[in-house]
Amino acid sequence: MAKVMVVTSGKGGVGKTTSTAALGAALAQAGKNVVVVDFDVGLRNLDLVMGAERRVVYDLINVVQGDAKLAQALIRDKRLDTLSILPASQTRDKDALTEEGVARVIGELREKFDWVICDSPAGIERGATLAMRHAEIAVVVTNPEVSSVRDSDRIIGLLDSKTEKAEKGERVEKHLLLTRYDPGRAQRGEMLTTEDVLEILSIPLLGIIPESEEVLKASNVGSPVTLNNAASAPARAYADAAKRLMGESVAMTIPNDRKSLFGKIFLRRAA
Amino acid sequence: MNVLSFFRRKSSAPVARERLQLLLAHERAAGGGRSDLVNILREEILAVIAKHVTVDRDRIHVKMDRGGSVSTLEVDIEIRTPPGDALALSA
Repeated sequence: MAKVMVVTSGKGGVGKTTSTAALGAALAQAGKNVVVVDFDVGLRNLDLVMGAERRVVYDLINVVQGDAKLAQALIRDKRLDTLSILPASQTRDKDALTEEGVARVIGELREKFDWVICDSPAGIERGATLAMRHAEIAVVVTNPEVSSVRDSDRIIGLLDSKTEKAEKGERVEKHLLLTRYDPGRAQRGEMLTTEDVLEILSIPLLGIIPESEEVLKASNVGSPVTLNNAASAPARAYADAAKRLMGESVAMTIPNDRKSLFGKIFLRRAA
Repeated sequence: MNVLSFFRRKSSAPVARERLQLLLAHERAAGGGRSDLVNILREEILAVIAKHVTVDRDRIHVKMDRGGSVSTLEVDIEIRTPPGDALALSA
């Protein structure tokens, strides 16, 4: 049965789109049929991060309003044929998304895919509530930083009240994805630790993504970090998180990019 | 920064943690819909006082200070003495 998952955070710039692309690609690499849906109407970026920006013809709004068929708007990833993207509209605003239209599109996507991953816009308004509306799983992306943790707490409150599941008296399965984590700084007392954030938000941990240059490198070239450099620390952390989403139990580690001196010299020469 | 202040430097993460815990305890208790608690209190207090004395809306200040174990609500209402009364008092 298809799973609908929202990637959300409240606060902007914490890594929702990066995480949507990376988790989507990792699940697709594991052989699942995956679609990533951009709900950030007016400020779409998932297409750019996934390297599909030049192939956008129709978008979510066109499908919601019945101007295009779902199959026309879906873009198949060039690297992974099990991965598709449904882009958001860049010219319209979030009011063009109707509750019924979104419900219908999500219903159609459920029939075609194993995983429907909704990339939520920042904020707590219509776009964000519609993105989480039909989800049974939520990934709450949080930076170890006060404003991000506070906003995540607010989003968790919305997941428990404004979703279809919540209204039926059921629960959305919530997971914390801690991004831009720097173990060294946390150890020196300069950054909230994983334990701090878990204690405050009290939802289970899906993964810890270390702060890494690889994330920017991947978005520069329009490739999910899990595809761009699968051996990099963030890619390994995302791959582990994807395995946990599929029900595997994987020991929680924080991968690092630190190379041996020999490796550093060698890589610098090679580059 | 000299050597001494380097050693005396307190780590900031525990401060962040405490501030968050305190803030969220209050925000969760308020439950989103009642985040404007101070405004609601202000309006209701004003309604009660206005039944008995004339008060100027702009001269009411409601302040809330949220603490760990005790929070304080400070209500400051200025009641203008009517000119007649002032005369009577001085007489």
